[in-house]
Amino acid sequence: MKRISVITAALLAFSAGTASVQAAGGGDAPQYARVPWTFAGFRGHFDQAQLQRGFQVYKEVCSSCHSLKRVNFRNLAETGGPGYSEDQAKAAAAEWLHQIPEPNAEGQIADRKGNIITRPARASDPILGPYMNEAQARAANNGALPPDLSVITKARGIEVEKPFYRVPDMMLRDIFTGYQEAGADYLHALLTGYKPVPLYTEQGGKLIRVADGQKPPGAKACASVERQDGKNDICNPLQSGMNYNSHYSGHQIGMAAPLSDGVVKYAKPKQGDGLTAVPETADQHARDVTAFLAWAADPKLEERKRMGMLVMFYLAGLALLLYFAKKRVWSKIPH
Amino acid sequence: MASDHDPNRRDFLTIAGLSAAGVGGAVSIWPFIQQMNPDASTQALASTEIDLTPVQKGQAITAIWRGKPVFIRNRTDAEVKAAKETPASDLPDRVNAADSARTKKGKENWLVLVGVCTHLGCIPKGQSLADAKGDYGGWFCPCHGSHYDTAGRIRKGPAPKNLEVPPYEFVSDTKIKIG
Amino acid sequence: MSNHESSYQPQSRAAKWMDERLPVARMMHAQFVDFQTPRNLNYMWTFGGILMFMLVIMIVSGLVLSMHYQASDQLAFQAIEGIRRDVNYGWLLRNIHMVGASMFFLAVYIHMARGLYYGSYKAPREVLWILGVIIYLLMMATAFLGYTLPWGQMSFWGATVITNFFTAIPFVGEGITKWLLGGYGVTTVTLNRFFSLHYLLPFVIAGVVVLHIWALHHVGQNNPAGIEIKSKSDSVPMAPFAVMKDLFGLAVFVMIYAWFVFYAPDYLGHADNYVEANPLVTPPHIVPEWYFLPFYAILRAIPSKLGGVVAMFGAIVVLCFVPWLDTSRVRSAKYRPLFKPFLLMFFFTVVALGYLGGKPAEGAYVVWSRVFTFYYFAFFLVLMPILGIIETPKLLPKSITDAVLGKGGAALPTGAAAAPEKR
Repeated sequence: MKRISVITAALLAFSAGTASVQAAGGGDAPQYARVPWTFAGFRGHFDQAQLQRGFQVYKEVCSSCHSLKRVNFRNLAETGGPGYSEDQAKAAAAEWLHQIPEPNAEGQIADRKGNIITRPARASDPILGPYMNEAQARAANNGALPPDLSVITKARGIEVEKPFYRVPDMMLRDIFTGYQEAGADYLHALLTGYKPVPLYTEQGGKLIRVADGQKPPGAKACASVERQDGKNDICNPLQSGMNYNSHYSGHQIGMAAPLSDGVVKYAKPKQGDGLTAVPETADQHARDVTAFLAWAADPKLEERKRMGMLVMFYLAGLALLLYFAKKRVWSKIPH
Repeated sequence: MASDHDPNRRDFLTIAGLSAAGVGGAVSIWPFIQQMNPDASTQALASTEIDLTPVQKGQAITAIWRGKPVFIRNRTDAEVKAAKETPASDLPDRVNAADSARTKKGKENWLVLVGVCTHLGCIPKGQSLADAKGDYGGWFCPCHGSHYDTAGRIRKGPAPKNLEVPPYEFVSDTKIKIG
Repeated sequence: MSNHESSYQPQSRAAKWMDERLPVARMMHAQFVDFQTPRNLNYMWTFGGILMFMLVIMIVSGLVLSMHYQASDQLAFQAIEGIRRDVNYGWLLRNIHMVGASMFFLAVYIHMARGLYYGSYKAPREVLWILGVIIYLLMMATAFLGYTLPWGQMSFWGATVITNFFTAIPFVGEGITKWLLGGYGVTTVTLNRFFSLHYLLPFVIAGVVVLHIWALHHVGQNNPAGIEIKSKSDSVPMAPFAVMKDLFGLAVFVMIYAWFVFYAPDYLGHADNYVEANPLVTPPHIVPEWYFLPFYAILRAIPSKLGGVVAMFGAIVVLCFVPWLDTSRVRSAKYRPLFKPFLLMFFFTVVALGYLGGKPAEGAYVVWSRVFTFYYFAFFLVLMPILGIIETPKLLPKSITDAVLGKGGAALPTGAAAAPEKR
């Protein structure tokens, strides 16, 4: 046991000394910034104002293609969430563009023109997107499927290239800090990752990346580069209809950059409402919508961490008590 | 000290430890019990709003609330009069049986009832214009012949109680929220 | 049972009445209060109790989750989301069950490592050990079935990969696979029967656990010195000594469990399982849960399909033969200076195979998987038989009391392969 605790201590010390997540390898793998989310860690909580801004971004930008169908409008009014009132949640439902398909009183599912008959959403209804099914979504998006965003921050992760001997200390660090925000970090990196296609120059069969801002003659624009030992590097140019993204797998994404500076106009905070103004930048929009989606994926986060704190303190106290009780019991005999 | 000589007697620390563990165990049971209570999605559907505009005087509609039919009738003046003028002695079930106790003030023409016979649970007839309404102009249960009047009160037959009035309120002049 | 002098005294008339008709209290007293346990047990011996606790937790949490689950390919993913969002404390119950599976395996691996290190599989505990391997196999089956239930991408594709194993069996393989699946691929039919079996197996495990405890109590526990109890001073009654130690060990274990449940519930899982299963889209890397990774590495290390499946199952089945593969007359690795480093290397091998199982089967990863797979089997099939014969063990202590109180060693090693001692 002593030996194990010494090893653990050593690993912790090792990991504490290496704060940033470096990607090993030739520099091709993207690096992911760990955004200081308010909902991260032991005392994580959601910033209600941020969630409301995030909902606004989702509504005005993302909902034109992406559904949020595991979330109901009534969830917007629950504790631990954006903090809307029940009436606001009801109103959001009633004015939602994508209504609920439901046969009318005569039992018809479509009108004479072939449009599906729908009714306005209620608070108890899910937040639907524009498409009835996967096939319709793909047909409208060149074969690409805009995924449902209800659990997107849990459905994505970050794979960090690291040598095998770094695995234990990095694992321990993630476990001790309760790092569960890889999906959120990925989403933020993706939304802010729309950049010009990088340029490469060719030297002896190898492609060398050109520094940003420079344009040497003969440089090629490659969305991604395939490197194999013993063979020439292969340049994959950007396909037509695709967009370059520094953090998307393969670097070519069907979705055009959804966010730009000021694409969503936030309400100005009023005197005395305790809110601070935030810049209307693409990065801010990305953080806000990511925080909102992190809530959408995990609406019980605040309750979970709050209960967790009580449980951990209780267990620590209990373990201490039982330790001394055990010692007392065993003190009765020589051992 | 007696405890030092008797190794079988539990000392304070042991008792404290076991008790603390026991309390933790007992508290932990609560979520396992509470999870069987109606969840948030069920509770969200526990109330429903009905728009009354399409219901003309003399007409009735049937809504669904918590899985049960709800009769909503827009009574004619004659039906309201008949209900108000019934003497209490004619009513087998007199608990809160006055017509005014079964309707909302200023909206006496509207009658909202749970459409389940209080005898053995069948759905009485009387909602559509062609239906038999029984001897008292209200509803008639075909299963065992209970007759309900224009206020949904039992008058004749085996049913022991008046049709239940669910909790409801007018959220606007033309909309009610049941539950 | 060997420990026959029960000091149980019924405390009330009702208790006495029951004792004359069905002596459950007497049996419980004899087996869990009076039971003589070696006084030198260390914390590695707390994991049996921890595993019983985990089995109860998993059954109870699984039971309540099954009240809200729907085993259909159309409804399963949504049902899980309903549990996470709407069911009262649903998020907590689901985290307890999901993290609990990992904690269950963590405990069982430590428990097995204890058995290997201290020679707990040696006579007269061979049946006890084999029952343990059976429990382990049932746990693996239960966990595999359970993982398909959320119907995420990993659920579906993991099930596809595992059920495909059976096609490797010559002649009857395709038929067996079709029978298992109820169709030509993993479908809603498969999901439904997997749910049914997942509900069943834990109760089978509970039954085998009863046999496991019975076998244990019949021969008595092993201990870090690997020598049998010889006198009263070698042992202490289970209550309060072992009970208080077990409770403390359990509290520490539950702290780690709670940390994951509340602060890192998805850490041990895979992000792809939050994507609903899609039979037309294969995820870039199909990986099982961490506790299967060493066997997954062994499977992919062998180039032939049938060979890989045989090696994977062989890696578990070989455990059953350990009592006979190990020829040493000494139980505990504490006194086996040649065996001990090779055993520690074996533990490292399992961890290394676990790491490799999570990597793509390419390049250096495949090479190292083969190296470690070779060592895995060589350890059991070559080293265990040979080392027992050529090794010179250290001097064993005269008795457990001596080992604890620090007196000198004995002249000859006692016990392991010799006839079971009478008490």
